[in-house]
Amino acid sequence: MARYAMAIDTRKCVGCADCVAACEAENDVPYGYARDWIVQIAEGKFPNTHVEILSERCNHCSEAPCVDACPTGASHYYEPGGIVLVDHEKCIGCKACIAACPYGARFVHPEGYVDKCTFCVHRVKEELDPACVSVCPTHCMHFGDLDDPESDVVKLLQTRKYHALLPEAGTKPNLYYLI
Amino acid sequence: MNSISRRRFLKISGATIAATAAVTSLSTVTKGAKAINEKTGNSEKGIRKVPTYCSMCFWKCGAIGYVRDGKLWKVEGNPEDPLSQGRLCPRGTGGVGAHYDPDRLKYPLLRKKARGEEKWVRVTWDEAFDFIAKKMKKIKSEYGPESMALFSHGIGGGFIKHLMKAYGTRNIAAPSFDQCLGPRETAFELTFGDVVGGPERTDIENAKCIVLVGSHIGENMHNTQVQEFSKAVEKGASIIVVDPRKSTAATKAKYYLPIKPGTDLALLLTWINILISENLYDKEYIKKYAFGFEQLKAEVSRYTPEWAYSVTGIEPDLIRKTAREMARYRPNTLVHPGRHSVWYGDDTQRARALAILSALLGSWFRKGGLTNQDIFDIPAYPYPPYPKFNKPKADNPNKSKWPFGGAEGYTTGLREATITGKPYPIKGWFVYGTNLIYSLPNVKETIKAIQKLDLLVVIDVIPSEIAGWADVVLPEAIYLERYDELFHPYFKQPFVSLRQPVVDPPHEQKPGWWIAKKLGEKLGLQKYFPWKNIEEYLDTRLKAAGLSLKLLKEVGVVKGPKIPLYIEEGAVPEFNTPTGKIELYSTELSEKGFDPIPKFTPPEEPPAGYFRLLFGRAPMHSFSRTQTNRNLMNIMDENELWINPVMAQRFGVKTGDYVRLKNQDGVLSNKIKVKATERIRMDCVYMVHGFGHNSRMLKEAYLKGASDTNLITKYKIDPLMGGTGMNINFVTIETEA
Repeated sequence: MARYAMAIDTRKCVGCADCVAACEAENDVPYGYARDWIVQIAEGKFPNTHVEILSERCNHCSEAPCVDACPTGASHYYEPGGIVLVDHEKCIGCKACIAACPYGARFVHPEGYVDKCTFCVHRVKEELDPACVSVCPTHCMHFGDLDDPESDVVKLLQTRKYHALLPEAGTKPNLYYLI
Repeated sequence: MNSISRRRFLKISGATIAATAAVTSLSTVTKGAKAINEKTGNSEKGIRKVPTYCSMCFWKCGAIGYVRDGKLWKVEGNPEDPLSQGRLCPRGTGGVGAHYDPDRLKYPLLRKKARGEEKWVRVTWDEAFDFIAKKMKKIKSEYGPESMALFSHGIGGGFIKHLMKAYGTRNIAAPSFDQCLGPRETAFELTFGDVVGGPERTDIENAKCIVLVGSHIGENMHNTQVQEFSKAVEKGASIIVVDPRKSTAATKAKYYLPIKPGTDLALLLTWINILISENLYDKEYIKKYAFGFEQLKAEVSRYTPEWAYSVTGIEPDLIRKTAREMARYRPNTLVHPGRHSVWYGDDTQRARALAILSALLGSWFRKGGLTNQDIFDIPAYPYPPYPKFNKPKADNPNKSKWPFGGAEGYTTGLREATITGKPYPIKGWFVYGTNLIYSLPNVKETIKAIQKLDLLVVIDVIPSEIAGWADVVLPEAIYLERYDELFHPYFKQPFVSLRQPVVDPPHEQKPGWWIAKKLGEKLGLQKYFPWKNIEEYLDTRLKAAGLSLKLLKEVGVVKGPKIPLYIEEGAVPEFNTPTGKIELYSTELSEKGFDPIPKFTPPEEPPAGYFRLLFGRAPMHSFSRTQTNRNLMNIMDENELWINPVMAQRFGVKTGDYVRLKNQDGVLSNKIKVKATERIRMDCVYMVHGFGHNSRMLKEAYLKGASDTNLITKYKIDPLMGGTGMNINFVTIETEA
């Protein structure tokens, strides 16, 4: 079995959004929409402000509420790897998955189906990193298999502190932010 | 002082490394061609990969354009390129959007109504050239060829520069000098006898301590520097950031110094004093290489941390601690010289202090400091000599205004000469790739100068505001659609890269080289364009260096041999200053009557109820020229007004509100969205430069955000080198949006 995940080093990330630009071109994301995006969170009082920069996208949850909510089976886990995908043919655009996703990762594509990050499954099949990971000028993003003890992601999660987004939602997200 | 770096001038005219470079590199070149296919993946059929170099900013990273089913799909970094190392920045990645931009200039245009009304007739290239040639001939016969001027930015302007020199003028300027890095380059040349260069000689990745003074790496997206900065962060480098705003870089810093704007020089002189008075500087290095240490010591002794606290607002303890931190890691401490440095009008002196600090830390030609650089030498094309230029240059006649700088010309000097007609009239402007309305301070002066012209020609890819004022607008093919001049900068790894077309231009856009050649022929300057086409030109140059166009078309980049970067590796620093040493005390400044050692003078304070207006960069935009690129606008489509929450509350505004800014001269901005944030001081506000377009032809960009440049009505000229200090404008908030 493989379980794909991302580990993103927030210490190295500068929030340049190259990941977003790469996704747009790689996946022909229509203008006005985004499969990934940058969030900057500032806490504390100036000048002792702490800032965290996050490159966000679908968390490819192991217990994905969008998959549970989908009435047609369009939202599904792609195996091997547990990548959450939407089958455009089966999708009826009912938006139940959009309501269910706590991360705001999904949108209705102008062509009528629900769209979101695919972990660039077409590249993963070619043993390439997702486009966002492969372009990042700060090398802050890592993609790999949690079941492979040799993968960068596993090694980083073993040695660095990290957090995931909304762990309390019980979705078992597969994006990890190294702090 | 020579305007080109003296050391570099000698290098260009003297011994070259080309022959050896070509031989060593050729063996690795075929590997490079293979690598483009192996390392970049996407092996499916129907995909063509074309190596070229980027032009979304001035960094010029090696790139690979992907064409799928005959259409441009994406652009990635070329793994063989020393600048991109296979990874572009967001603008480079979003470069696809420049090709598909529906707001692009499509056809040559001729002005129909008054200047600035943006009413046009579509004409053929031939008609446009006839119109321009007629006017240029008239200007030449009535006033002389010197009465034409060129404003140019970027490597693409090379062929237009050649055309203007062939026509007989040397009145050429670029905003990259006096609106950008001029003070820094002048200061380092005065101190070390050599410039910092671009790409900079900063060894960020090997630095153990990095000091950034107002330099916002990560927001200014100079690709190689950002990549190296990230590596330094990973390696645990100690980072010290001085900025009134908690920049992205400041959020990574061990020490953040929230300095009062305009007081950086006070801090720098105090740091220098601490290094000397606490005996922390590199004594051996200073003894061996530097001139004027005793004068420096005496001069800076009055700048104590307690005094600096009263001026900068930085705690004395933090000033001491950070000075000791830099000393602890010397010589592997990088005091980053910055890039855009036209802030307060005494900028060369501030940059001198940065240079002196680097010298005391012994970091010039040291690992993690400022390294040796060299060039992959490619002989120039054997053109006939240009006509003699008999008059003094109009921007700074015989260096009468400013004694230093000048290689790139002075834009505001040319603008002033156009307005006054002195020392002689300037009647025609060519503008290539620079939106002067958004790059020069005080737009009223620019428009005043334009009204004096008999001819204004703008070559651009989008209908920028300056194009709106033109008589003739010539649409250029974007960088992914054209050949250009070879790129072979001074860098720690000498290399040469090729720009070649990945796809065809979608309409009637033409490359700059073609525009220059065709117009040259109309002007009777055929002998200056002896090459049949660009391929012949490039091949001639490459063959003279032992390479060929065929090879470069395959690999995109050829590297020269490695060079010694540090003294420890055998690099020998040569200081081309009058004393042959690092001039802590500048004999040249002394001779011209300037302070030989920098002195701090406090800047003017904002009036009550006003903030100092600061501006900077966002990583996904370049200047004012990417705001119609849909791929980039999809990421950031307006700029925001950064303001401290306390002050936002005082003005009764909150994040998301739209306000206008009014400056000290009553100029009102477009509407801008408030970002109340704990990332900025209370005495200043900040916005990203390049937004707030008011050209209706820029449909995507029109009235999105506000323009800092429109609010920069005041500027203070650096008396040393003509730089226009622009951080001296004050704004208040108008809530009646």
